[in-house]
This record gives sequence, C-alpha cells and structure tokens, in this order.
Amino acid sequence: MSDTPILKIRDLHAKVTDEEIPILRGLDLELRKGEIHAIMGPNGSGKSTLAKVIAGHPGYEVTSGEVTFDGRDILGLEPDERSLAGIFLAFQYPVEIPGVSIANFLRTALQAHQEEGKDLDIFEYQDLLLERLALLDMDPSFAERPVNDGFSGGEKKRNEILQMAVLRPRLAVMDETDSGLDIDALRVVANGVNTLHEENPDMTVLLITHYQRILDYIQPDHVHVMVDGRIVRSGGPEVAIQLEEEGYASWREKEAADAAF
Amino acid sequence: MPKHELVEGLKLDDYKYGFVDEEKSVFRTQPGLSQDVVRQISARKDEPEWMLQFRLKALRIFQAKPMPTWGGDLSQLEEVLDEIYFYVRPQEHMERSWDDVPENIKRTFERLGIPEAERKILAGVGAQYESEMVYHSLKEEWTSKGVIFDSIEDGLKNHPDLFREYFSTVVPAADNKFAALNSAVWSGGSFVYIPPGVHLETPLQAYFRVNQERMGQFERTLIICDEGSRAHYIEGCTAPIYSTESFHSGVIEIVVLPGARFRYTTIQNWSNNMYNLVTQRALVHEDATMEWLDGNLGSKLTMKYPSCYLVGERAHGSILSIAYAGDGQHQDTGGKVVHAAPRTTSSIVSKSISKGTGRASYRGLCKVYEGADHARSNVECDALLIHETSRTDTYPYIEIEEKSANVGHEATVSKVGEEQLFYLKSRGMSEEEAMALIVRGFIEPIAKELPLEYAVELNRLIELEMEGSVG
Repeated sequence: MSDTPILKIRDLHAKVTDEEIPILRGLDLELRKGEIHAIMGPNGSGKSTLAKVIAGHPGYEVTSGEVTFDGRDILGLEPDERSLAGIFLAFQYPVEIPGVSIANFLRTALQAHQEEGKDLDIFEYQDLLLERLALLDMDPSFAERPVNDGFSGGEKKRNEILQMAVLRPRLAVMDETDSGLDIDALRVVANGVNTLHEENPDMTVLLITHYQRILDYIQPDHVHVMVDGRIVRSGGPEVAIQLEEEGYASWREKEAADAAF
Repeated sequence: MPKHELVEGLKLDDYKYGFVDEEKSVFRTQPGLSQDVVRQISARKDEPEWMLQFRLKALRIFQAKPMPTWGGDLSQLEEVLDEIYFYVRPQEHMERSWDDVPENIKRTFERLGIPEAERKILAGVGAQYESEMVYHSLKEEWTSKGVIFDSIEDGLKNHPDLFREYFSTVVPAADNKFAALNSAVWSGGSFVYIPPGVHLETPLQAYFRVNQERMGQFERTLIICDEGSRAHYIEGCTAPIYSTESFHSGVIEIVVLPGARFRYTTIQNWSNNMYNLVTQRALVHEDATMEWLDGNLGSKLTMKYPSCYLVGERAHGSILSIAYAGDGQHQDTGGKVVHAAPRTTSSIVSKSISKGTGRASYRGLCKVYEGADHARSNVECDALLIHETSRTDTYPYIEIEEKSANVGHEATVSKVGEEQLFYLKSRGMSEEEAMALIVRGFIEPIAKELPLEYAVELNRLIELEMEGSVG
C-alpha cells in the first residue's frame, strides 16, 4: 500500500447524457493501491452510475469534477483507452455477444492490451487461459461458450471474474457483482476476487453493492455509504455492520435534511 | 499502412486493369449483342450445330423478354449491355507481387501454418506454375476415380452425350431474361461429373482450372453427381476481384442424382461497379442432399437466389447465405426451395449485414406442391444494421398447396447495440475491433461451415470493412 491514491475522484457531478437528470452530485473518493473498498447505498443512489462513469459509458456525461487514475485525468479517455490504462469494470448486467466464444473474445481483448506491433502468441494464450480457468476452479469448456449467450446470472458473473483474471487490471470496479446470485454463486465469485487479490496484492478493488452479504466473503479495507449521488459516510468494515443493523433510512433522512439547507 | 492499401484496392477508381497491351492482338467481338456476335462466339469455340442453334434461340428469348422490375435497380443495365464486349479471349490475370501483400496477412498465414504455395494463391499472387503443381497432383486423384473436372467448353467437346443429356435441363433458356442471355453468350465455367459411389474428400476448386478462363462474365457451370456420390465444389475467392467488366451473369446447373450429396460453396467479393446476376439451381433426386453455401460481398447490385428443386422423395436441400452490403451496394439475395415430392425437407439460413448506405434484402421462395406430403421447411433470415442509414428488407414468398406440409419462417433485425460496443471497448478493444468481432459473431453459424482458409480471409475482410465504419 502506498500513500498516493491510484484513483482520485473530486467533486464529481454527472448526469444522463442528453437529459437533465443529475445523478452524481459532488462525489469524492480516494482509493489507494491494493485496497479493497466497498460502496453501499440504496437504490437510486447512483452507485452503478459511478461505476459506469469511471469506465466511460457514453450514456452518462460528467458535468464537473475530476477523476484521475494514477495521477492522470481519465475523463477525456475512451473506454478502450481506460481499459488499456488498467481499469476493469465487472458489469452488473453483462451483455451477450452471440457467435463469439469467450476464448476468442478474451484473445481479442488481450491482444488489444499488447504493445503496438506485438502479436499475442496463440499457444501462450491458450496456456494462460487454461491456467486462469484452473485458478478459478472453472471447467475449460466454459471458455468455448458464446459470451453470455444463454448464461444464467451466476455464469455471467463468473465470466466477468474470468475476464478479470485474464486481463489482470490494476483497478477492478465491480458493479453489484453479487446481485441475483445465490450463496454458492456468490462464494465462487468472492473466491475469485480474493484469489486474484492474493495473487496481485497491488490490485485495487472497488466493490459496489447493495447488500452487505458479499462483505462476509470479501473483506473490505474501507466501506463508504452513498446516498443521492454522494458519499455520506466513510469508515472501516464496521460501517457495513451498522448499515446492516440500521438500514439506509437514517442516511436518507439525513441527506434530505442536509439538502434542504 | 499496408491495411489501407488493401482497402483502397477495394475501391473501383484505381482499377487500371483491362486491355493492357493494345498492341498484342486481343480477340474480342464488337460491343453490344447481336446474332453475329453469337455466331462468332460459337465459331471460335468450334461448337456443334445444336449448340449454335441453342444460343441463337436463347438470344431471341433474351431480346423478347422485358427487364425485370423487381429486385434491384436495373434501369441502367440496358446501357451497360449495349456497350460491353460479350466475348473476350481469356487473358492472363494481372498477378500481384508477393511483396505487395500486407505483412499482417503474411503473418496470419504463418501463424495458421498454411503452406507456401497456398499462401500465394490465397493472396491472389499465385504464380502460374505453382498453381499448376497443386492442380496436377489433385488431378491425378480425380482421374483415377473417374471424376471429370473440365472447363465447360471441354466438357461439351469431350463428353458430348453426357453434356447434352443434362445441359439446360435445370435452367432452361426461357427461365428468365438473364438465363437467356447467359444461354446465348456463355463462355467459361466448369463441367463436373462424379461417377456413382465416388466420395471425393478434397474439394474441387474453381481456381484449380489454371490457364483457363477463371472468371468469365457469362460463366456456365454444369455439375452432375451420379448416384451415391459425394463431393464439394468451391468457387470464388475473397480477394477483391479486379475487373473492368461491370456485368456478371452466370448460370450454374447442378443435378444431384439419387443418394448423392453435394455442396457448392461460393465466396465472392466484387468490385462495387459490378452487376452480379446469377441463376443457380440444383435438381435434387430421391434421398439426395444439396447444400448451397453462398457468400456475397460487394458489387453494385447482386441478385442471386440459389435454389433447390426437390424432385425425389426424402430429398433435402439447404441454403446458407451471407450477404454484405457496404456503401451504395445492394444485395438482393436469399434462396428458393421447391418441394415437388413427399417427405422432402429444406432449410434456408440467411444472414445479412448492411453498413453505411448499404441495402441487403432477403428474397426467398418456399413452394410446396400438392402431393409433396409431409414436406418440411424452415427459413431463418437475420439482418444486422450497422448504421442509421443502412437498410434491410425481407421478401419471403411462401406458397403451400399441400395440407400436411410443415413450414416455418423466422426473421430478426438487429443493430449493433451501444451496450455491446461499450462492453467490448471496456475490455480494451477499439470501436472498429469491437464492430468486427460482433459482425463475425453474427455470421459465425455460417462461417464455421467454410473451409478454413476462406473463413480466415472472410474474417480479415470484415476487419477491413469495419475500419472507417466509425463516424
């Protein structure tokens, strides 16, 4: 762990593109290398929007504020450029790409991450893929399936983890990865994250979640509460426990009261 | 950048091919079409009288028939027909030099372990003698099995009875205006005969017929698969076809006799000034199977509907079609299946992609005659639109005269989703790379049926086409 934040978000305001609906209303956040952060919040708090804005989703527009990754402003970068810089978004609702196998898809993605002019050796890639599948305790045949096509919710989330394992990002933003999963699937996903973090302790993880449950399996260093597009409380794992006991209501009221000023 | 050279090469403006050496005597008939032209053609080929008469009769039919008003825009075609040379003696194709082939294509071949000789053929560089060598060793295999694989002219000359027995029985001259045209001025094409029970493992490929007119404007092909035989014929190449001709009107007749299995694969990438109008039809007998695999990219206008006439019990016909229409291009393609016997089955799967102002239309016919009981047919046509300006249409014709028939039709239209693009970009792919991957996934069910080298080239082509698809 170091002192310089790897991700620094300052007073971020963002809205839906082409509409006047503000979602992020002055969000501040700092993540240091290797840390695991959790952001929890009620529905409508803007948690997913935050994840998408970090990744550069065209459906959202930043109206003010700054986001720097490794000291570098990323708001001007395209999603693929952000990925090449080392940012990975595990989607809440991963989309289907029919006719394209996971293996093929990942190879194309990994190739894009290579230096200009360098070609990914196909045999090295095969070895890497098999090794990653084994690490995550996944069957090799999984990689032959078409990306997310006909997948259950659990399988889609496992696919996100596999991608993370192959691309080895420096910052993994996980957008409600636990939503729609049963306990077993949740364990598989959590194990995957923990294994990858063990393998690379420098990887920073931003877990966005609605429920405290996943935090039983992935130990966060910091927990933040997000309400109405802003972080209203930051602390250690005890914040999650308190939230579990008290719910979001008190935070909502507090925000509403603050906003009334 | 090498990639851009190839892309530029796909555009017409730079084509300087054609009658390079006016000094050398190049035989060609005068422009336009007339009885005289037809007689000259027949005379030069030293044809029997019946063929000359056949041609002349076809000419009359052609002149009598009106230009079709459906399909694509043929309004300018009359002018084109008045000016083209209906017969030109085959010339050496200008070969590209191996040095001009882009590095990344050479590397692809290397990575896939494609042998030296084939690489050059695939890159359109094939030095004559190398193609000859490949051709000769394969030729031995065919001849030992009694397979005939000749030019259509040699077919007529060397196997007159066999030829006459089947010629124009699948596509009569009067079938349509362009079949009539082809019947009058045909030149170049293949004559294939597979003897009973012969199974050919290696596909027959049109480019093997070296030193012969590989790509005539009015190709005529006749293929006869005798009982229980099995073969695969591949025509075309994904390298853009350099041609000054702007009109290609071919006729392909295939007879699949009882118990035989035949597949005809075409991948063509036409220059965008080309009118590509082809009549492809197979007569499928009892317990026989016919498969058309049709890939059409480019051209100004393509009208092509590979057909299966299922005339024997339990005959099966399938058509897999990929059409790609870029800016200003119109693909009007699909297939026809005609059930004229009981318990026949058929399937049409059509995938089309429209990019820029391209228009890809599916046009198909499923006809079940009375008495063709328990016929089953399924049609699936999927269209992918890349841009707001891209267009797709579907014209399915379904004519059922038999109560016990089971016919299904599904159609989908989709566009490349913003979410899909974002998902792929968020993994590091550029917008073009993402597009190309999505398009490849779209055609995958058909592309996986292609021989490897064609699939490789097809993927490459799609990547090139997707460049510049942004904005």
